[in-house]
Amino acid sequence: MKRFPAYYTFRHIAGHYGLRLFAFLVLIFLMLPILVIMPLSFNAEPFFTFTDGMLALDPDAYSTRWYQEFADDPNWRLAIWNSFAIGIASALIATTLGTLAAVGLSSPWMPYKRLITALLLSPMIVPLIIIAAGMFFFYTRFNLVGTYPGLIIAHAALGVPFVIITVTATLSGFDRSLFIAGLSLGARPVKVFWDVVIPLIRPGVISGGLFAFVTSFDEVVLVLFLAGPEQRTIPRQMFSGLREQINPTILAVATLLVVLSAALLFTLEALRRRSVRMGGSG
Amino acid sequence: MKDLGSDVFLRFDNVKKTYDQKNLVVKGFDMDVQDGEFITLLGPSGSGKTTVLMMLAGFESVTSGDIAIAGKSITRTAPNKRNIGMVFQNYALFPHMTVAENLAYPLTVRKLPKPQIKARVAEYLDLVELSSFGNRRPGQLSGGQRQRVALARAMIFEPTLILMDEPLGALDKNLREQMQFEITRLHKKLGFTVIYVTHDQTEALSMSDRIAVFNDGVVQQCAPPSELYERPVNAFVADFIGENNFVPGRVTSLQGSTAQVQTEGGPLVAQAAEGLVQGQACRVSIRPEKLFIPPTSHAHDNALTVRFNTRIYVGDFIRYYFKMPDGTDIIVKVLNDLSAPEFADNAEAQLLWLASDCIAFPAS
Repeated sequence: MKRFPAYYTFRHIAGHYGLRLFAFLVLIFLMLPILVIMPLSFNAEPFFTFTDGMLALDPDAYSTRWYQEFADDPNWRLAIWNSFAIGIASALIATTLGTLAAVGLSSPWMPYKRLITALLLSPMIVPLIIIAAGMFFFYTRFNLVGTYPGLIIAHAALGVPFVIITVTATLSGFDRSLFIAGLSLGARPVKVFWDVVIPLIRPGVISGGLFAFVTSFDEVVLVLFLAGPEQRTIPRQMFSGLREQINPTILAVATLLVVLSAALLFTLEALRRRSVRMGGSG
Repeated sequence: MKDLGSDVFLRFDNVKKTYDQKNLVVKGFDMDVQDGEFITLLGPSGSGKTTVLMMLAGFESVTSGDIAIAGKSITRTAPNKRNIGMVFQNYALFPHMTVAENLAYPLTVRKLPKPQIKARVAEYLDLVELSSFGNRRPGQLSGGQRQRVALARAMIFEPTLILMDEPLGALDKNLREQMQFEITRLHKKLGFTVIYVTHDQTEALSMSDRIAVFNDGVVQQCAPPSELYERPVNAFVADFIGENNFVPGRVTSLQGSTAQVQTEGGPLVAQAAEGLVQGQACRVSIRPEKLFIPPTSHAHDNALTVRFNTRIYVGDFIRYYFKMPDGTDIIVKVLNDLSAPEFADNAEAQLLWLASDCIAFPAS
């Protein structure tokens, strides 16, 4: 039995357990849809439901055939390649531009700081469908629709706000006198930036980059509008898969994506802890 | 360019600074610094002393006027080309580098050969007595150790001068005294020129060759510590440096440098400050340790009758608070020996002092 403070009445204790129950229910609500697809993806039958054999834990009712199908299907393989190529390329662009923007915006001499910040962060706030429609009409003029560069640029624009936010957060803990000290020791501003600023804001840069990557990886609206058949990404493939050939391959893909997201999340957390240990700010 | 005397190492020539094009933060700063001097800029916060330092280092632009080192104007030189070492209040050590890497940084930037860098880092670590700490990160050092590393890093590239911006402000009292000693020792040993900014007057008095007292963007007085303490030129300096009592009065007559002052408690004789005129309202400043309570064998020219208020036991001395006839406090410091008398509440007492120990300033 848990020991409560002596002044606790029955209502306090009921509140204590009530809050725990509520928090647990919220957790179930959030996690169950994600967790339930994992066993389903090992379904031996082409159904989205638990078969009797699965419920009886019969080993024959489980198989990895949908993972095999996923790996063998050229459409899926193209989608995987596209998702990673576009994700990594757009994350690199977003990280570079976002970091530079955040550094510039953190300078005390930057004019119109609020306006520029709002503009740069707008892709996060403006509905995706509007961005997608706008970009579609804009891209047609430059023949960018249905091309890799077009999609990479579009996804980079979506990723920039995340990088700006994470890097700005790290920079707010950055002591400007370190930069001044670097200059006073004789280093050129660019050298101080590489030797002192970048190493100290690296956790923010990396986590911003990961966010940008995930944003691109996860994105389907812009892909629907801007991508041709050759630029089909995983979410796009899942989307058409859901409509055309319903089978648990999608669940296998989803499970793999959940594992990938979890891995990214752990990476972020490890980075944060490391930066705290190094005496920097999170 | 003006021809400067060969002994003038650093010259500020009518340097002014404004941030908003309306108010001057620094209003015409002039100063000549000799090679190897330890100069302190002292003043309350917001008095413009840090701005002067930042203009010298190149992190603030000069609105008008000129700063020259060895006869060459530096106002158009980039901060990283000025070859000026800087020590910051918050140390500003690079947290991701070890102590040795921090020290090596200015040398790597100057592309010195590796073995030479290694030897120089070892030499300077030894100089600040941190030889065994080279592989630690700044986060693993105490405040005093960090500031010694910061000092070594500012000296290691043999800069033309070293600026210190309240370097001991973040340390506790004991460490501060140790570090004052440390800085003075290094300054004597290596002979570099220091411009030191602080708002702590004891620090300024105990370390400097000369002190420039700032107030409101203007240097009130620039003089060696003893002169500043004994012969302040105005009431601000008298009040800011050390403790001081002010007795209000009116100048009745003026003979040379001696003034007769009529106060509520009777006539006084005092040194006349610059600009004092007969008939003017004035304030006679007198240091608490120059006042004596009878019985005493000390000679005296002035006597003031006051009423006892409080006696505070400080340890090495005793502070008395008396009330002057006009009701303001007057403080007396007496060494804690057997002669420090006790008074009953509100008892009348006499305070005695020499005319040469007090100065009459025009009342502002």
